[in-house]
Amino acid sequence: MTVATQARARLRGQPPRSGWLVGRGAVLRFGMAVTVAMVAFGLVLLSESTNPLGTLRVMWDASVGTEFGRTEVLVKVIPFGLCALAVAVPARVGLINVGGEGQFYVGAWAAAGAVLYSGLPGWALLPAAFVAGATGGGAWAALVAVLRVKGKVNEAVSSLLLNFVAIQFVNYFVYGPWKDPRGPNWPFSPKFPDAAMLPTVYGDRLSIAIAFVAVGLVAMFLVLRYTRIGYHARVVGGNAVAAERSGIPVGRYLFWALVSGGAIAGLAGMAEVTGIQGRLRPGISVNYGYIGFLAAWLGGHRPLGILFACLLFGAISVGGDSLQLALGLPGSTVNILMALILFAVLAGRKNRTQVRA
Amino acid sequence: MSFVTAVSAGAVRAGTSVMYASLGEVIAQRAGITNLGVEGCMLAGACAAYIVAAETGSPYLGIIAAFAAGGLFAMLHAFLVVTRGANQLASGLALMFLGLGMTAFFGRPYVKVQITPLRDYAIPGLSDLPYLGSVLFHHDVLTYAVFPLAGLLWWFVFRSRWGVMLRAVGESTESAFAVGLHPARIQYAAVTFGGALAGLGGAQISLAYAATWVENLTQGRGFIAVALVIFAMWNPLRAMVGALLFGGAVALQLQLQARGVGVSPLLLDMTPYLLTIVVLLVWAQRGRDAFPAGLTKVFRGTG
Repeated sequence: MTVATQARARLRGQPPRSGWLVGRGAVLRFGMAVTVAMVAFGLVLLSESTNPLGTLRVMWDASVGTEFGRTEVLVKVIPFGLCALAVAVPARVGLINVGGEGQFYVGAWAAAGAVLYSGLPGWALLPAAFVAGATGGGAWAALVAVLRVKGKVNEAVSSLLLNFVAIQFVNYFVYGPWKDPRGPNWPFSPKFPDAAMLPTVYGDRLSIAIAFVAVGLVAMFLVLRYTRIGYHARVVGGNAVAAERSGIPVGRYLFWALVSGGAIAGLAGMAEVTGIQGRLRPGISVNYGYIGFLAAWLGGHRPLGILFACLLFGAISVGGDSLQLALGLPGSTVNILMALILFAVLAGRKNRTQVRA
Repeated sequence: MSFVTAVSAGAVRAGTSVMYASLGEVIAQRAGITNLGVEGCMLAGACAAYIVAAETGSPYLGIIAAFAAGGLFAMLHAFLVVTRGANQLASGLALMFLGLGMTAFFGRPYVKVQITPLRDYAIPGLSDLPYLGSVLFHHDVLTYAVFPLAGLLWWFVFRSRWGVMLRAVGESTESAFAVGLHPARIQYAAVTFGGALAGLGGAQISLAYAATWVENLTQGRGFIAVALVIFAMWNPLRAMVGALLFGGAVALQLQLQARGVGVSPLLLDMTPYLLTIVVLLVWAQRGRDAFPAGLTKVFRGTG
């Protein structure tokens, strides 16, 4: 072993991370980070002579301030939360899944295929879409997993690359064989029958898929905390070599962690087409996979942290939708606020020691 | 113009922006820093270039603004990652969202404003050559500049003293520090320069290729640039080839559409990514770690 590889090995064996909502000062530090980000966001708005307080007021009223707004935040928590879980589950065994975006698309595609072309009776459409969505996303992640476990190809890189393949794959279908023959000349699949739409639990738009998020978060907590699988996963994530030596089938854990993550992201895609869109079309994900990655990271890959991060991003995102109508600002202005919060947290958290020069 | 000529010329034109961005990312990653926020840097460059061109009337001042804007964005990433030791993937993705938001916000008043675009110069003599003339010698200055730049960067990385220092830092900051280099300074410089090149790539879109500004003008080209860097195995000349392949796919699609061929060139669009995965797989089987060693720690662990 050369000196350099020894140094790298030392770097890899990072100390246990202290995530949000664990350390005592965490909430305080997070509050400070959000405050700093808000002030910086206000300065950005001021530079174009936009009233920052008025803007924040509009965002607050649209998201947290009204019942409709709060429901809309939960509507966003569905894709954000599932995509974050798709990152957090593989992260438990030390894998980085940047492929939530692609797994989302393939899940949505598979669910749409099950609804439109399976020929099943109405009552069976939603269960079929559920199974297809999870299978589609899981299969897409299985490609990454096989490449990693059998081919030693880094999963962060391959999962990122496969996102673009997935998007093209879906485009091919909606521009080609699945294009609605009776619709206008748009790249849309035919509309789903009503029987294939997820029932809503509150208002017109919050579908039952919010339960997927809740079940996913609770299941993750329980499995990690109380089962042998969860314990083994932690060991694999902590030190794969030690896990291998003590007889844990490391490859199998890596494979199934990635496939489960992909299946969850696939369900997010299924929930989007059967809960919101009612058809398959290009661009169904507005960077949900990447927002999920950031939410998982912000939440320290822990269930409670993820929930909190998703609520925060959901509120920001819903607030953004209102800026267009109320102030004539582009909706994606709120991406500035989201990025600034992440920067403030990133800058405030000292992750590893650096060689200084 | 024949079909082949049109596609080849289009490949050069459409590939230029991605080529700038991936050349920049090659330099950053050679220093051991991944910037997933190339998309943000490109958008910053595209938007800054357009605003300055609209305000001053000069697209050339726009190019300078793009270089600066892309560099500043990347410097933010360098600060977080090098100085604060932040997670590179998270910081890069956050930079992408910052770029999306900032350019949507500051670019809004310019959406329907006209600018003087970068004009195409036909190189006297050469531009009359059959085929090559239309493909290579009827372009804007940014497109002309990118090919020598790729060669220059290849020389810089593999043949110059500076390149040795850059690669040493990318392999191991500890070892580089031990032999008396300043890893942090070199990483700052590499990341900032990489972002500045991505800014130029953005400027080529807003000032020449599209010659317009709309929200999210770059449409994911920054991510393609990141993918191409891996495809290119951190070699500037291979990054050039990769960007031309991408440009070719875009151009072919446009030409097919223009000629009323309704085929979606699905395979063509996927090829660069699938090819990259195959290349990675082959390299991994040979037991060669194709990564600059310093990069591997970014991709390991959940940090």
